[in-house]
Amino acid sequence: MLAEFLQYLFTGITIGATYALIALGFTLIYNASHVINFAQGEFLMIGGMATVSLTAMGVPMILAVVLAVILAGLLGIALQRLAIAPAKQADVVTLIIITIGASIFIRGIAQVVWGKEYHVMQNFSTSEPIEVFGAVLNSQSLWVLGIGAVMVVGLVLFFTKTLIGKAILATSMNKEAARLVGIRTQMVLMLAFMVSALLGSVAGIVVAPITFTSYDIGIILGLKGFVAAAIGGLGSGVGAVVGGLSLGIVEAMAAGYISSDYKDAVAFSMILLVLFFMPRGLFGAKVVERV
Amino acid sequence: MLNRFMQSRLRGLMVLALILIILPVFLGNPFHYELVIQMAIIAATVVGLNLLVGFAGQISLGHAGFFGLGAYFTGIATGTYGWSSIPALVVGAIAVGIIAWVVGRPILRLKGHYLSMATLAVGFIIAIILNNERAITGGPDGMPVPAFDLFGWELSTFGRYSLFGVDISGVQAWYILASVVLLLAVWFAQNLIESPIGRALRSVKGSEVAASVVGVDTAKYKSLVFVISAIYASVMGGLYAHFQGFITPAVASFEFSILFITMVVLGGMGSTFGVILGAVVLKLLPQVLADFQELETVMFGLILMLTMIFMPKGLLPTITATVSKRMRKKAGGEA
Amino acid sequence: MTALVEVKGLDKAFGGVHAVEGVSFAVEAGQVYSVIGPNGAGKTTLFNLITGLYIPTKGEILLNGESTAKLEPNQLAERGMCRTFQQMQICMNMTAIENVMLGRHLQLRSSLITTLFRLPSLRRNETAARKRAADLMKYVGCGDYLDAEASAMSYGALKRLEIARALAAEPKVILLDEPAAGLNATETAALEDLIRKIADQGITVMLVEHDMKLVMGISDRLLVLNYGRVLAEGTPEEIRQNPDVIAAYLGG
Repeated sequence: MLAEFLQYLFTGITIGATYALIALGFTLIYNASHVINFAQGEFLMIGGMATVSLTAMGVPMILAVVLAVILAGLLGIALQRLAIAPAKQADVVTLIIITIGASIFIRGIAQVVWGKEYHVMQNFSTSEPIEVFGAVLNSQSLWVLGIGAVMVVGLVLFFTKTLIGKAILATSMNKEAARLVGIRTQMVLMLAFMVSALLGSVAGIVVAPITFTSYDIGIILGLKGFVAAAIGGLGSGVGAVVGGLSLGIVEAMAAGYISSDYKDAVAFSMILLVLFFMPRGLFGAKVVERV
Repeated sequence: MLNRFMQSRLRGLMVLALILIILPVFLGNPFHYELVIQMAIIAATVVGLNLLVGFAGQISLGHAGFFGLGAYFTGIATGTYGWSSIPALVVGAIAVGIIAWVVGRPILRLKGHYLSMATLAVGFIIAIILNNERAITGGPDGMPVPAFDLFGWELSTFGRYSLFGVDISGVQAWYILASVVLLLAVWFAQNLIESPIGRALRSVKGSEVAASVVGVDTAKYKSLVFVISAIYASVMGGLYAHFQGFITPAVASFEFSILFITMVVLGGMGSTFGVILGAVVLKLLPQVLADFQELETVMFGLILMLTMIFMPKGLLPTITATVSKRMRKKAGGEA
Repeated sequence: MTALVEVKGLDKAFGGVHAVEGVSFAVEAGQVYSVIGPNGAGKTTLFNLITGLYIPTKGEILLNGESTAKLEPNQLAERGMCRTFQQMQICMNMTAIENVMLGRHLQLRSSLITTLFRLPSLRRNETAARKRAADLMKYVGCGDYLDAEASAMSYGALKRLEIARALAAEPKVILLDEPAAGLNATETAALEDLIRKIADQGITVMLVEHDMKLVMGISDRLLVLNYGRVLAEGTPEEIRQNPDVIAAYLGG
């Protein structure tokens, strides 16, 4: 009983931590530009795939990870500069389609470069599972949680302690005012996309040994991240983390106790239920419409 | 001027009818016909979706869910239970309309990205159910659908028919059916837009506050247009199922939903003929890009991005604006 | 005579800040009733409360003796209340005349079947509605824009278009939120004439306005708000001589 429950909980927290990192990526970009980036999942894919193929070429693991993250970061900058910035007058839906176009484009390139097969990545440390009260914990889960926690703490420090972080926050609150006090908002937007891409790629790398990785893994992971961000309330960092973890846990429990066929349906039912009672998610900002 | 011309109700419809009448001259083989029939059915679907997205300003990223429900309702009713096609389409449309109403009431209170999330979720849930209820739907492997029958008379793509003494093939007969359906879909949509109901719908996009203070029950109209667009999708899904003869849950998939919304946005939100153009372009593009082989997806994504960046208002509105500007300039030069 | 609009002890707080506090007054049918006060006095908030866009924290509003507490803005419109906005609310995705025809929404009920098949009854009603809308556009002074897109109109014309839309609904009471803001002297004079014409038709007019000359000239009664509270209420003559008002306006 307990073993079974713990088993689902471990699975849930591990995948939930990944969702949280993706959701944080959504949140960052949403705060800076009010764009929902449907290409967010591709950052994960790039992170995982680049690391796998670099290590296969004989590059040491650490270096491969660093290179993969840098690649994703550059991609984030390119996405903002080349696709989002030129379309600044566009409608919300138009921007959604642009980011979807970008994700198809990136996925297309990945398919050409890496093919359509699944790729396996080795666990970071031992592949020996750890036993806790009868439940089996994949050692990689600890890496996911540890690195996830480090990223969250890093983000908090970034936003509260660094000038750049504060500039991003200021821009998200009031673009005009930020510009007036001399913040280069275009630079800030670019940074937001870059940091978001970094987060995504790290999530993609740490989770790759558990889920495997392939050129199209970004679609569903990206969408789950969007669900997590919406559960938490778009724009809320705390919401993204809570949304991600709760989504992961609920999903794992549902898969374990109800039916694994309907695992994904649970995620989407959960978001409907949350929005039904809280139209702006758990921690979403309340807005008073001005007329 | 071209703008005026395109906006004029009946003239637009007549141009479309004319194109549909002339088009068979250029259709060399059954494969061409099949492509155009698919285009027409999907174009009619996005004409309905455009009522919701383009005119009332409410995003839906899950419309393939309703298309898929319509397709499966028809497939199951005619295939498993031996219904005739018309009752299957009608009852399916009513059922989907009711589902859309029940789902729409709560989620249409949401705004912007939350609404897109919720509609996406609804579409996903429908697709997952179709995938998993193997006993009824055949699961991921799909299910066969019998040929369309009209009062005992069967319309199969493999059949041969006689129309006013002229011998036509099955796909040609289907072409006629799909053309009539598309023209009807456009006619209904235009009648709806240019009516008090249509103004109420458009005011929801223009200014919800303004709409409410002159007495428009915005919640009611949002639900109404959601239901209407779902019924469009359901009927077209049913026809699509009959035409294809075989359906898989892919008809309800997220990818299909995205394809629909992309057709609307690419063609031109709020322009009925624009979204038809969007459907044509996005159905043709993969054919054209097939030559690029493994670069097909890359090219598709690239074209999508570039079009939306440089023509954010969509193809047709941008083209008509450019042409009418040229013509004004020319007229000014001559005067 | 019972009041058409009656406000009793109205209170609205945004996160602890009282935008409107303990406001009571009554507007009788046929009056031109103005609400004045410095910026941030709570005038627009008051209008938003009366028209059902905001829900009061405390207090009650009666329209024709009926409490409006449970009514949505569109239900208030059904009961004869219409308004314009300080930040204009025009549907830019429609033509000018369609914006005015939107105002006839409540008079133009038609079934979905009639609409989808565009039956003759609908066509007749539409022609009549278009004619009426065109007349109203001429009435408010934007007859030059009968064929224009709303997005092609000037600021002043849009302000008048909003009034035409409100009038199209055949209201008993019309609330105008700063109709003269951003208008030049000629346009303001034309607006004054228009408000008089509307009032002469027997429509009750409620007005939020900064232009003192305009307000003093056409109002039957005035309400002066300051920091969300009523500073004074009375005829223009009484207001002009009220020491509190003089202090607030001249001393402020």
